[in-house]
Amino acid sequence: MMEVCNCIEPQWPADELLMKYQYISDFFIAVAYFSIPLELIYFVKKSAVFPYRWVLVQFGAFIVLCGATHLINLWTFTTNSRTVALVMTTAKVLTAVVSCATALMLVHIIPDLLSVKTRELFLKNKAAELDREMGLIRTQEETGRHVRMLTHEIRSTLDRHTILKTTLVELGRTLALEECALWMPTRTGLELQLSYTLRQQHPVEYTVPIQLPVINQVFGTSRAVKISPNSPVARLRPVSGKYLLGEVVAVRVPLLHLSNFQINDWPELSTKRYALMVLMLPSDSARQWHVHELELVEVVADQVAVALSHAAILEESMRARDLLMEQNVALDIARREAETAIRARNDFLAVMNHEMRTPMHAIIALSSLLQETELTPEQRLMVETVLKSSSLLATLMNDVLDLSRLEDGSLQLELGTFNLHTLFREVLNLIKPIAVVKKLPITLNLAPDLPEFVVGDEKRLMQIILNIVGNAVKFSKQGSISVTALVTKSDNRAPPDFFVVPTGSHFYLRVKVKDLGAGINPQDIPKLFTKFAQTQSLATRSSGGSGLGLAISKRFVNLMEGNIWIESEGVGKGCTAIFDVKLGISNESKQSGIPKVPANPQHVNFAGLKVLVMDENGVSRMVTKGLLVHLGCEVATVSSSEECLRVVSHEHRVVFMDVCTPGVENYQIALRIHEKFTKRHQRPLLVALTGNTDKSTKERCMSFGLDGVLLKPVSLDNMRNVLSDLLEHRVLYEAM
Amino acid sequence: MELVQMQKSLQDYTKSLFLDNLKVEESVLGVIQKLEFMGVLDSQFLQLQQLQDESNPHFVSQVVTLFFQDSDRILNDLSLSLDQQVVDFKKVYPHVHQLKGSSSSIGAQRVKNACVVFRSFCEQQNVEGCHRCLQQVKKEYYLVKNRLETLFKLEQQIVASGGMIPAMELGF
Repeated sequence: MMEVCNCIEPQWPADELLMKYQYISDFFIAVAYFSIPLELIYFVKKSAVFPYRWVLVQFGAFIVLCGATHLINLWTFTTNSRTVALVMTTAKVLTAVVSCATALMLVHIIPDLLSVKTRELFLKNKAAELDREMGLIRTQEETGRHVRMLTHEIRSTLDRHTILKTTLVELGRTLALEECALWMPTRTGLELQLSYTLRQQHPVEYTVPIQLPVINQVFGTSRAVKISPNSPVARLRPVSGKYLLGEVVAVRVPLLHLSNFQINDWPELSTKRYALMVLMLPSDSARQWHVHELELVEVVADQVAVALSHAAILEESMRARDLLMEQNVALDIARREAETAIRARNDFLAVMNHEMRTPMHAIIALSSLLQETELTPEQRLMVETVLKSSSLLATLMNDVLDLSRLEDGSLQLELGTFNLHTLFREVLNLIKPIAVVKKLPITLNLAPDLPEFVVGDEKRLMQIILNIVGNAVKFSKQGSISVTALVTKSDNRAPPDFFVVPTGSHFYLRVKVKDLGAGINPQDIPKLFTKFAQTQSLATRSSGGSGLGLAISKRFVNLMEGNIWIESEGVGKGCTAIFDVKLGISNESKQSGIPKVPANPQHVNFAGLKVLVMDENGVSRMVTKGLLVHLGCEVATVSSSEECLRVVSHEHRVVFMDVCTPGVENYQIALRIHEKFTKRHQRPLLVALTGNTDKSTKERCMSFGLDGVLLKPVSLDNMRNVLSDLLEHRVLYEAM
Repeated sequence: MELVQMQKSLQDYTKSLFLDNLKVEESVLGVIQKLEFMGVLDSQFLQLQQLQDESNPHFVSQVVTLFFQDSDRILNDLSLSLDQQVVDFKKVYPHVHQLKGSSSSIGAQRVKNACVVFRSFCEQQNVEGCHRCLQQVKKEYYLVKNRLETLFKLEQQIVASGGMIPAMELGF
């Protein structure tokens, strides 16, 4: 039975219940001890961020070993074998080691773990702060958007009222204002008048004096200023005392003028005129003005200022444009009237010219008839003078028309060779009778080196000299008149901007006409050459005259590349008229050219000259034929261009063709004749007979290869001269 | 004596052909004074007379006769054309132009001027105006025809009496 052994007293046969409880508890502790690390591992595996893994491993090991210990304890209740005891010991030793390590470890770890919590709190605070800032930025951005939108609204219109109204409306909306008002300075600048409000439809016409301290305060700075809700500018509606009035802010709006804008500069705020914008927050709302809202208000005020100035500029420019348009219309009307007047004048001149030519012809014709009758030598001389004068008069009438042509620049000089000495003598002969009557001796001095035969426009030169000498006679009551003609070299007395340079076969003729008559006030000299202007002295009023003479003379002189001027020492001291003109030196020693009034018609011999006349009109044909037959030509006639082409041959020296039949291009025939006769010396000369000799007709004839143009009806002399010129030079374009 | 008288009357008559109808009209503007001083014949007729010489003794009468024949024909054609329901101005215009040319070659100044007016009405295609112008042209034409025929009769009388028609030399 029970052996007595030396070992420890055998255990009591303990209370089996207690034993059982211990057993179970140990078991559960073991299970717990084993499961805790498992759980740890599981959850740590799941979370990736836990930084202390190896601590967990350690901890796990510690727990496992504790568990193992307790597990092994299960076996201690029964028998203790040596292995169990060994295992037990090993386990306990290990457990001890690990536990101590863990304990030591935890000293370091736990504060860290605790600080995690602090950091978390800190981060949470930070996040909240950032949130707040984010909210602020968003608000600001929204404000910016509002500003942009406002600006856009304000700037999208150029009408002053719309701008201001829109500003108030948009501001009211953006900032949720109770009231918004704009005070504009009055015309006098001493008061501010309530011009626009947001809520009240018909604002009462409040004014406040501009010198209030609160207003000065606002005008003194470009920032928005908080003002008291009780100040006069803020009391816009009747106050019912219960309300707690909302905060009020006022800002100045500079009213800019165009002069404030420099290029590249911001508008200078030296302007003195401001408007006042007053903004009120809703009463009873406890809202406050935030900084960003104030900034918004300031920005808007600036934009409004700019928009207003733009509107003002636009108004100005519209007004200016309207004015310009009116002026344009007026100018247009004036121009059209002027054109009509010019046209009327030209028509009148043309008609008068024609009307005047007709009686001139009658005078000339009858004087010629008179010449043929029996006359005493004295009478004959008188009649010849009448003829010459009327011929000159005809020329003058031409020149009245010429003057308008001169002004267009369409007049050309008719150059020819003539005798200069004879010209002067003729002029003097014409003037002498009048001078003799007025008892004014006239002397003529021709320089010895003055060429005799020159090339120039004889008719017009004569007209110039006649005009100047005639003026001298007209305006002199006593004294003598001297006419000097010389060849001029460069002379100091010429006007400073005019230098004469004799070139090659040209020279400058200078004519000086000096008289001791009425003289001219030096101040009036420039006016002399103006058309129709006359100095109002007694002498001139009695002498009449159209006032055209000097103007025409000046124009002719200019055409001749010359200059004309008058020198006078004063009234009553006489005057000298001087002009220079450019003339060509002629090589011919014999006189050639058209004599002014031929006494006997020259019978140049055209005997046997074969010519061809083409004219559809039978009567004209017959007349032309008669003319040519009278001159001695052998004349063939055709009545159509086809016939002309058939008949024409190299024997015909000249072909006269009528080109004024309407609707038929007779010029073509000129081209066909050119084609037919390729050799120039075989081709007959082509002359057109036409009813008008204006520039366009002449040009057309030239372009079709015609050699000359004649005006119908042709006179005998004309035909004679044309033929002789044509045969000599093979080209003629001036016969009329 | 009679001869001299006849010569004188011829000259007078010729002169009178130049000196018909002196009219002075003052226009509304008061500045322009229009002198209407139109002879029946102009200088061209004198030219024609110049061309008549021994080699060509009947030049003037030949030309004038031709003119009469042409013009009678043209005036007839014109009357017919203008009496049509629809006036063909393309036909009328060349006739007028022809008449103008002939009359100016002769020196029948008033006929020529009337033709100028006629021509402008033609260009405007104004039927009423053309009718009026035709009447005017006819009137002028018969006038000049009358005068020229009288002139020729005088000349014939002088020649028949054995005298010389005084030649007119002109220096234009």
